[in-house]
Amino acid sequence: MSGTEIERLIQLLAKLPGLGPRSARRAALTLIRKRDALLVPLAQAMEHAAATVRPCPVCGNLDSASPCAICADGRRDAAILCVVEDVADLWAMERSGAFRGRYHVLGGTLSALAGIGPDDLAIGQLLARVRAGGIREVILATNATVEGQTTAHYLADLLADAGVPVSQLAHGMPMGGELDYLDDGTLGWALKSRKPVG
Amino acid sequence: MDWTDTAIVLSARRHGETSAVVHLFTAEHGRHAGLVRGGAGRRARSVLQPGNEVQATWRARLSEQLGWFTLEMTNARAATVLDEPARLAAFAAAAEILDAALPEREPHAAAYTAFRDLLVVVAAQPDWPADYARWELALLRELGFAPDLSGAGGGNWSVSTRTGQAEVGNAFGLHSLAVPQFLVTGGPASDDDVAAALKVTGAFLLRAVHDQRVALPGRTRLVERLARGATKSGINLRP
Repeated sequence: MSGTEIERLIQLLAKLPGLGPRSARRAALTLIRKRDALLVPLAQAMEHAAATVRPCPVCGNLDSASPCAICADGRRDAAILCVVEDVADLWAMERSGAFRGRYHVLGGTLSALAGIGPDDLAIGQLLARVRAGGIREVILATNATVEGQTTAHYLADLLADAGVPVSQLAHGMPMGGELDYLDDGTLGWALKSRKPVG
Repeated sequence: MDWTDTAIVLSARRHGETSAVVHLFTAEHGRHAGLVRGGAGRRARSVLQPGNEVQATWRARLSEQLGWFTLEMTNARAATVLDEPARLAAFAAAAEILDAALPEREPHAAAYTAFRDLLVVVAAQPDWPADYARWELALLRELGFAPDLSGAGGGNWSVSTRTGQAEVGNAFGLHSLAVPQFLVTGGPASDDDVAAALKVTGAFLLRAVHDQRVALPGRTRLVERLARGATKSGINLRP
């Protein structure tokens, strides 16, 4: 039907999240039709990213600079460390614009099912950062799942001796959430985490 | 073919971009796997937490196929313990043990009821560690791997990790494990008693899951967490 190069392009695109064989075919066709506007700049951007983007040696974020732009930003509060599971979580926190400290990316959560233990995560690096001093607070921003919370409790235990306050993101009602539509777990946790008003 | 049953989530493993292969412990069909479409999504993830109780409908063209589940949460029990480290560790450990030790598609109605009761106790009762240890022993009995503690009761009893037989005193040398009284006769248990009981059940659990997993990391974390309250007598829970 089409040449080997196009088939290869379709096969590779189909491996991307959100794309199946059919949508990969459409994407490939669009790329080829818009050679100068899309295909060539995309190829150049991907080549450049492959050559330069690396995990930050300090926090684990992905960036072409080393250390990453967040770690190198002198305006951010270096004394507050937010621990996240993945780079996608770091990006989510950054999108909110609510946090002006620094991050530490664990690279996953403790998972018996997936065979991920403490040695498979960047826990040693986190402890080294905290013990090196200058940290005023560690915020654990792991997911509200059994694995995420198990990891958070494990980290809290490890950090207990470091003499640094450890906090955790609040759990409960989302912005715009309506009680009627909340699942039982979220509602129960929100009730458990209620706080005085005024 | 299809069936509907009450079940408790044991584990969920992402499958592809959007689905998850979920293991449930069902009341009438035992430990059963199935695909949950959309199981990797945000909405389903809150349901697929170990310990949550669900109403499960399983469908497949042939009975030997993996099939797929449709789940409706009936009790979000996992959420009640997420902020309590030891209780959360007990949830994770119990689900991990059942997932590793139970044969698939073999009904274990008594074990299901015991697991559901355990989760209720762990979530709400202050002295749950003793119940947890007794649950592990009951599960071992159900699976046929339990030590024979029928003769033991009171006093200074130990069990052989080789034969599973109980004797008075330290009769088996290096292979002896002390049997706390509450494990046999019930009654109150101290932190040290629970630690000793978990040492006994742990030794026999490893046999029950040996072919499937070398270790139970979730259980190890629970034992370590409980051990922090059982250091007074110097019991070493780590092998």
